[in-house]
Amino acid sequence: MAYLFQQILNALQLGSIYALIALGYTMVYGIMTMINFAHGDIFMVGAFLCFVAATVLGLSFIPALLFSMLGCALLGVVIERLAYKPLREAPRVSAVITALGVGLMLEHLTLVFSPYPRHVPALWSSASWHVGGVTLSSLQVLIIVLSVLLMVFLDWLVRRTMLGLAIRAISWDRTVAAIMGVPVDAVISLTFAIGASLGGAAGFLYALAYPVIDPYMGVIVGWKAFIAAVVGGIGNIRGAMLGGFILGAVEILVAAFLPSTYRDLIAFALLFILLICKPYGILGQPRPQKV
Amino acid sequence: MTSNSQINKSTRLTDILLEVRDLRVRYGHIEAVQGISFKILAGEIVALVGANGAGKSSILRAISGILPFGGEVLFEGQPIQRLGSAAIVALGIAQVPEGRGIFGTLTVKENLRLATWNRRDRRAITANLRHVFDLFPRLAERQRQLGGTLSGGEQQMLAIARALMTRAKLLLLDEPSMGLAPMLVHEIFRILKDINRTGTSLLLVEQNALMALKAASRGYVLETGRIVLHGTGRELADHPRVKEAYLG
Repeated sequence: MAYLFQQILNALQLGSIYALIALGYTMVYGIMTMINFAHGDIFMVGAFLCFVAATVLGLSFIPALLFSMLGCALLGVVIERLAYKPLREAPRVSAVITALGVGLMLEHLTLVFSPYPRHVPALWSSASWHVGGVTLSSLQVLIIVLSVLLMVFLDWLVRRTMLGLAIRAISWDRTVAAIMGVPVDAVISLTFAIGASLGGAAGFLYALAYPVIDPYMGVIVGWKAFIAAVVGGIGNIRGAMLGGFILGAVEILVAAFLPSTYRDLIAFALLFILLICKPYGILGQPRPQKV
Repeated sequence: MTSNSQINKSTRLTDILLEVRDLRVRYGHIEAVQGISFKILAGEIVALVGANGAGKSSILRAISGILPFGGEVLFEGQPIQRLGSAAIVALGIAQVPEGRGIFGTLTVKENLRLATWNRRDRRAITANLRHVFDLFPRLAERQRQLGGTLSGGEQQMLAIARALMTRAKLLLLDEPSMGLAPMLVHEIFRILKDINRTGTSLLLVEQNALMALKAASRGYVLETGRIVLHGTGRELADHPRVKEAYLG
């Protein structure tokens, strides 16, 4: 029982990181109908910014988190303006290929600065508590709470604010949004900034939880978060969160009860079956026809 | 001073609200709009009629700033061809797009709120909202419903209401009668005339030529990207060429 509870806690920690990254995929897809395959590498840059903040700049926890988030937000906007905006009317596949290229560029740019894996120093003096056989670290709690707070904030932003309204309107019809007076370019850039800053936060938290980082760390984690977004229903914000937690849970629980080499095999087989049953993802819906 | 401002006041009625000079739109090698000039005076309803493909929608899209074009567009004397669509809306030009362009995943109220994006006058927005709900009581009943669940007629009403929420001085209407039953078309046109009486000018683009010309003070007839006739709405409605083309 205590073992199961411990694993659930681990699942929540991993799931909240997947969910944060999945949000970036789903937001960009929602507004541009494109998969930003560079997003996993933005997550990686977030982790490296955490490293820079902790070592070179000597920042403490909160400023370092903001440094990672803002740095990634800026990176997201620059990528969108330079690489994706010129392709907005181009076939989607061109944009996707560009995104893959941008991702590779980020990996190798990071490789230039940091040819070896790096160890991220602890920014958070972690305490642990033992409650009935379960070990609860303050870092774990912090990761889960912070992620959930960011997700609640994003959900509020998209559902309740004018910016959120504009994001939803643009994802339905960019041209009509423009003739209603919405500054479409600015809103798309902001959406990239928000998605990338969540990826940055995820990279930051990941670096604290698994403190050895390298330029390729974003590839696998990015793929998994992308799958989480698709499982939840790509384009759907709550779906991305749900998908992230589901993927985290499946991975941890499979590894907890079966040989760990089976982990990805079983996890992805389950997701595959889920997608066959629900092709648009759990919360995704086939888009109704425009009249 | 007094006489001066009185002159200004008396000339207001004939003020040019929108002036289009030699507007040209190209799609690849095809020039869809081939140098069109027209004017809309403050308070007028002007109809642009013509068959499918005559370039009507392109003209509206160009004025709204979502289609690149050659030539000049002046709104209240100010050139707007270099402004972005958001700035054009802020100046007071709103469009009711072809096919209505209702945001299907937004509620009726959210569709209306979106159109107030660049307004900060909260009280006036609330008053505006009340006004459009008075004009279209059915929208008030369906405030929380998603735009995609409305009928065609309701969507058309919402599209007009949404354009009004921008506090436009000029509404550009792209085929407001399209796909609607005759009774609904009459209702929509009656409401459009009401809107016009409160001082909003209308540029009405229609394939339903007679209906539009009868509602309009002046009209222009387009054929393959050129203006071939213009006159008062009544003159054009009775013009043999128009009758021949649109009544068969």
